[in-house]
Amino acid sequence: MGSCCYGAFSASSHLSVTDFSRGFKSPKLPCLSKRQERWFARPQGAPKISAYYGLRTPPYKLDALEPHMSRRTLETHWGGHHRNYVEGLNKQLEKNQLLYGCTLDELVKVTYNNGNPSPEFNNAAQVWNHDFFWESMQPGGGSMPILGVLQQIEKDFGSFTNFREKFVEAALTLFGSGWVWLVLKREERRLAVIKTSNAICPLVWDDIPIISLDMWEHAYYLDYKNDKGKYVNVFMNHLVSWNVAMARMARAEAFVNLGEPKIPIA
Amino acid sequence: MALRIVSRKAQGLGFRHVRGLQSFSLPDLPYDYGALEPVISAEIMQLHHQKHHQTYISNYNKALEQLHHALSKADSPTIVGLQSAIKFNGGGHINHSIFWKNLAPISEGGGEPPKASLGWAIDNQFGSLEALIQKVNAEGAALQGSGWVWLALDKEQQKLSVETTANQDPLVTKGSAWVPLFGIDVWEHAYYLQYKNVKADYLKNIWKVINWKYASEVYEKESPCLERQ
Repeated sequence: MGSCCYGAFSASSHLSVTDFSRGFKSPKLPCLSKRQERWFARPQGAPKISAYYGLRTPPYKLDALEPHMSRRTLETHWGGHHRNYVEGLNKQLEKNQLLYGCTLDELVKVTYNNGNPSPEFNNAAQVWNHDFFWESMQPGGGSMPILGVLQQIEKDFGSFTNFREKFVEAALTLFGSGWVWLVLKREERRLAVIKTSNAICPLVWDDIPIISLDMWEHAYYLDYKNDKGKYVNVFMNHLVSWNVAMARMARAEAFVNLGEPKIPIA
Repeated sequence: MALRIVSRKAQGLGFRHVRGLQSFSLPDLPYDYGALEPVISAEIMQLHHQKHHQTYISNYNKALEQLHHALSKADSPTIVGLQSAIKFNGGGHINHSIFWKNLAPISEGGGEPPKASLGWAIDNQFGSLEALIQKVNAEGAALQGSGWVWLALDKEQQKLSVETTANQDPLVTKGSAWVPLFGIDVWEHAYYLQYKNVKADYLKNIWKVINWKYASEVYEKESPCLERQ
């Protein structure tokens, strides 16, 4: 089962020995083939290789989301929190060669370990979550989706207004730290709004996220203090990138059959 | 369920009775908002107390009222469905009410190390106060997401322990014998405006305003058979 294309061409993961043709089937630890394992059993003195992930920069300058999300927030959130997750992950991976050779998507699923996450999961998932979050926003975002995304939202929620209400409600009723997602559910073949705690993301259930909103307090506290409602509304009105959502939906349709295309008759 | 108690001794205890239904209210801080500076800023104290704690109380009262209605109609799905809101908001009220008492301005003894029975117990169990502080800070730093770190007393086994709880879960959810001696709020709202993402600095500094006197009082009350060594 292929993972979502997002991150497949990630410039942020540096891999020296990888076998992409094998495909990624089960959530065990198949990142190393037999050949690679033998290669690792090399004699002492051979150079040590470690996988590492880089801190991806957001696709806009740190002050580009003003006044809705301040430069100060971006500097602390991206430059502090996100960076710490990346560095923490790399430190953990230095000690764990079994996890070598994964893309970030694969790493998240593998470390989730079907609900019994390993220590690396928190860092891996939060790196992924934040990469996804920065790209879910754009300067001059907000307003409404168009074309296929809007059609699918209207099909699955009744109307855009209804979807927006559900999204905001999910954000405001989340207990503790977590994320809110518009996700395409693979098996049910429909969009849904879900909320997850701490670092969990829909990848672990093999669903395809379309947009996300960070509801950890560090995401909004400097700008909005405890006014969560204002933050969520500003996100929906001015930050969310429906362009990116469209691109993600288009890719997702390569993996999920959302229905017959409308073929004009004659 | 004790929702219909008719006692009138509600004055000053932070709750009142309306038609037999309890309703909780925000307890006052035993010090000014700025009294814990520079360890915790006045801005944080004011937001934390007037906004966060108050919101927990308002939502707790709302959930309890809904529970009251559901109980009177024997509406089990609603009764059970409300439990998470009660645990979260009620827990938030419990935890923060304890937290305000766990802190004291430096001028009023905040940060003064514990003496007597609690001091002895800490030395016995953890080796030294510094060792306990290290342990609490390590647990607080390692906590993922939002939660609390507690110095807990196991009443039955008469021993101290460092425990963590997630979100607003009160300490009793870990075991009915646990009594909190003090808790440290490691939700980001407790320190973000001042320390930003450097949680470790917040944890290092908060010891300057921990009210060990209160912790000792609780300890002595809950340990009737103290062995003084």
